[in-house]
Amino acid sequence: MRSTNRSHARRTALQAAAFLVAATALLAPAQQPAPAPSAPPVVPSSPTSRFVVVLDAAHGGDDSGARIDSGSEKDVALALSVKLRSLLAARGFQVITTRESDATLDAVHRAEIANRSGAQACLSLHATESGSGIHLFASSLTPAAPTRIPAWKTAQGGFVTRSLALAGVVNSALQHANIPVTVGRTALPGVDSMTCPAIAVEIAPLHPANAAITSPADPAYQSQIAEALAAALLEWKTEARQP
Amino acid sequence: MIRRYQTVLFVILFAASVVMGVVLWQLRERAHQRLITGQNSTPTQAPEVAPAEKATFLVANDADSSLLGQEQILPLPQDPGARARLILGKLLDIYAASNALHPVPGGAASIEEVFLLPVPSSETSRPTSSRPASASRPPTEDSTGPQLAVVNLSSAFVAGHPAGIETESLTVLSLCGTLHANLPRVAQVRFLVDGQPRATLAGHADLTRTYLAAGAVSPEGAQQ
Ligand SMILES: [Zn+2]
Repeated sequence: MRSTNRSHARRTALQAAAFLVAATALLAPAQQPAPAPSAPPVVPSSPTSRFVVVLDAAHGGDDSGARIDSGSEKDVALALSVKLRSLLAARGFQVITTRESDATLDAVHRAEIANRSGAQACLSLHATESGSGIHLFASSLTPAAPTRIPAWKTAQGGFVTRSLALAGVVNSALQHANIPVTVGRTALPGVDSMTCPAIAVEIAPLHPANAAITSPADPAYQSQIAEALAAALLEWKTEARQP
Repeated sequence: MIRRYQTVLFVILFAASVVMGVVLWQLRERAHQRLITGQNSTPTQAPEVAPAEKATFLVANDADSSLLGQEQILPLPQDPGARARLILGKLLDIYAASNALHPVPGGAASIEEVFLLPVPSSETSRPTSSRPASASRPPTEDSTGPQLAVVNLSSAFVAGHPAGIETESLTVLSLCGTLHANLPRVAQVRFLVDGQPRATLAGHADLTRTYLAAGAVSPEGAQQ
């Protein structure tokens, strides 16, 4: 009898929590406008100005991300970020990275860095042991007209159409480099708050039919991906410069 | 000296008391049996009498990021919440199997509860202060409108979920899609972990969002 009462009480508490969630869903999103950039954004003012790319090596510090072999996702993401940064710098891009070391950085801070940069492309770099090849993601937010002060958690909504176009260009470049790709959409904190064409790039192991599995921690695999991403961003830059 | 009629009366009374004893014993056994079967039927278990029905599962595959429809005939409870919980539990049992194409440990025990609530009216039409009626009307009265499903996951499931954008997104999408396939009124889905809101499933997929049952993030959430 007592256990029935207790489970009833627990059920009621959970139902109350469920109603609370439903209520906060109504109230929460409108309250948080995306913070206005505290520094003047580096917006290109002329066609000759630099083309800015933000590289966001995901996780870091206390947040190790997924386990990759004996290491962590945060290390693979940083290694890819470092490789891609030098390739892009050599091609004349202005590159802004969210982290250069094993630092803890939350999703809000990452999006703030991206949004201050006035970037034409923002890449969130991840790695996983699940699935295979490269997983490309654009935000699953419904495309919306860009507004001057968008809601923080859904700021990417105004850029989704261009993010999908960027994902298409990156998809082509990876396929051209014979790297298997899947393209999807997801709700990822950080990317959903970015006011730039933004995609998440997740490196998964390669499972070739008659060969050994290639881990995302493999430096040669990372270099191959970095080359393909650099080629894609060059293509993206060319497309953006066309009238 | 005992008279003959006294002996006959004694035998009759004795026989009657024995018969009554046997009948009482049988009644007690029957009542006991009823009690035991009553205690066994937890709300999660489909009663034996529940008719077998077709359930549809949207099963994820990590290799190609796909969701494939699978059908199973199984006894389903009539209560929509219990039905939703049982079906999602079966889906997670598929993922907990050793040969799963989307391996996630935990199984059916990972779905602690599924609550079905009417979609707040302000999500379909903007909230206005001139509509106090919706507050006084019990929400369950609307038996045809779209529903919000709140899925309460166990913390053990979340702790054991593999980390990655693809794997986490597939889990969320297959849970949402499977709910919608079997309970078409479910239009939106939100997630709790041990009754509490949680930021992400395993570091990636956003669990603070309202998901459309078809998969994408709620457009209402996107516009506000
Ligand atoms: Zn990650």
